[in-house]
Amino acid sequence: MPKTRPTSKRVPARGPARRPGRVRVRLDLPDARGRFGAYGGCFAPETLMPAVGALAEAYLKARKDRAFQGALARELGSFAGRPTPISFCANLTRECGGARIFLKREDLLHTGAHKINNALGQALLAMRMGKRRIIAETGAGQHGVAVATACAHFGLDAVVYMGEEDVRRQALNVQRMRWLGAQVVPVGSGTRTLKDAINEAIRDWISRPDDTFYLLGSATGFHPYPLMVRDFQAVIGREARAQFRRSEGRLPDAVVACVNGGSNAIGMFHAFLDDPGVALIGVEAAGDGVDSPRTAATMALGRPGVFHGAYSYVLQDDAGQVLGTHSISAGLDYPGVGPEHSYLRDLGRVEYVSATDAEAVEAFGRLCRREGILPALESSHALAHALRLAPRLKPSQAVLVCLSGRGDKDMASVDAFRAGKGGADGAA
Amino acid sequence: MGRLETAFAALKAAGRKAYIGYAMAGFPERGLDLDFARAVLAESDVLELGVPFSDPIADGPVLQRCAERALAAGGGLDRAMELAAALRKESDKPLVLMSYLNPLLAGGLDTFAHRARVTGVDAVVVPDLPPEEDGLLAALRRAGLDVALLAAPTSTPERLDRIARAASGFVYVVSVAGVTGEREGFDGRLEATVRRLRARARVPLAIGFGVSGPEAARRAAGLADGVVVASTVLKAALGESDPARAVAAARERCALLAAAVRGA
Repeated sequence: MPKTRPTSKRVPARGPARRPGRVRVRLDLPDARGRFGAYGGCFAPETLMPAVGALAEAYLKARKDRAFQGALARELGSFAGRPTPISFCANLTRECGGARIFLKREDLLHTGAHKINNALGQALLAMRMGKRRIIAETGAGQHGVAVATACAHFGLDAVVYMGEEDVRRQALNVQRMRWLGAQVVPVGSGTRTLKDAINEAIRDWISRPDDTFYLLGSATGFHPYPLMVRDFQAVIGREARAQFRRSEGRLPDAVVACVNGGSNAIGMFHAFLDDPGVALIGVEAAGDGVDSPRTAATMALGRPGVFHGAYSYVLQDDAGQVLGTHSISAGLDYPGVGPEHSYLRDLGRVEYVSATDAEAVEAFGRLCRREGILPALESSHALAHALRLAPRLKPSQAVLVCLSGRGDKDMASVDAFRAGKGGADGAA
Repeated sequence: MGRLETAFAALKAAGRKAYIGYAMAGFPERGLDLDFARAVLAESDVLELGVPFSDPIADGPVLQRCAERALAAGGGLDRAMELAAALRKESDKPLVLMSYLNPLLAGGLDTFAHRARVTGVDAVVVPDLPPEEDGLLAALRRAGLDVALLAAPTSTPERLDRIARAASGFVYVVSVAGVTGEREGFDGRLEATVRRLRARARVPLAIGFGVSGPEAARRAAGLADGVVVASTVLKAALGESDPARAVAAARERCALLAAAVRGA
């Protein structure tokens, strides 16, 4: 239940002291009402409630259906390119002089990011429900490309909503989506970024709930999306845990992933929630810094509220209006976070930290030059924290980073940032 | 009897339908928003007072633009309360506050509900608060507020029954599967929706969303006990660059629509 008591103003809410490894996490959540403890739920307009309910029912059936899971596993193997490897970063490890650094290589998937895992899963579900018109939102464009790809692959129609600001700064992905046959609809309302693209996708779904499937890309939104997206992304952590154990004979000491809505992070973390010895760390985008107004650090600065259909931490002002954000990364500037992350944060099972634009760009450059891997700016935030963390750990320890995507799409943003034009906002 | 119940009972006795007008806190600008609300209230039987929100997922382009403008002008829940307080001093007509859930949660839902009741607000409409959230509904009702739940053409019979049971004040019947804004016609399922609700609800029914002009208002009034009109009136106001003219344009449009509702 959302609290009905006033929360303190200005002072951001804080979770309890971190006690990684000593907390009991419930793995059977969400409950029947879509709740992860206090968080989550289904706060949808009535027009959508029947469609959302039908989706939950269809997904809960598909979840237990071997034929569905088998079909998805085949697509992930033959089309998306799973399993992805784990790479050891010998040069960065040497340079940091501490724990060994490993990467789970979701950047090697077809379309270049983890988003395809979920897009294929939901597209299969859409077909099972007899819906052939697929709508989606996208920020950086990676989810939009994944949806356009899945729809081309299965012969479905795709409409992708994208903020005008993101259309400008992620032009390459817009071209890719159009080549793949998707209709890209620029959204000019509000902040013209991801949150407004989601607003527009929800409005589309409200207008055509009967024939349309909303393929949401993050672990956010009304129940069952946080559950469904987590399930479809959990393959990342399941694979990584087994691969790491096979090659290293043990589990990593820390697992690090970037968090915004939090789909790659929840997918990476889920297999490790019950491993008390594995510290789990989510890295948000601090933008210019958490003490500056140009930031997107929802966990650091937000308070719980209802946004896009779920109760979770939200970056908002005292009056409950959702705030605009800034990050160099178009995939990390959503002012909310998935409800399961809010639950794990309050529980203290996952620690949430942040990295600035400058730290992410530095990590981006180091991974390119030292390891020959071009990371997405989103993933570069996770990497930036791993590079801070590794020197503080022993050489016998290991840090595993989810490299959620590749960075071809980000080169203009990085160049602009380095040229001192103020980052992605100046990249036009 | 509360103001809403009294108002609907009096209208029924007179054989008339309720015209429910709409004004938004902060629109067309701070200060003139009170004039705007006053003008609409003068033509209405009930006033719906809108709280602008940064992410209005159930609203079409007109109300989105109004909300952006209202927020830039300092509109929000606090301003809506100021308007409600001022209007309550001048009028005994029912005031219904329409807001997305988050602004109501921000300062604590109990605090909001108490404050609204003391200010003279009679009911709330919250488009993203479904009947399943009984704990939150109870918190609003405890303070003495009616909660007018929304029903939609897509609602299943089971959901309509639940909405009919749980609604207080009135049931807000959405006339189209879609967001707010003018439409050519109503959803084909509207009449069946109204019939089912009528058989089960103890409170009046008001039709809203998509009422585009006098003809649509007359049709809606023929089906229900009241008609809510927002977008077409705000659009008339948006068309005026001079804010004072905007208020006059809104009032003219309201008068036309109210006459259609009352003539039905």
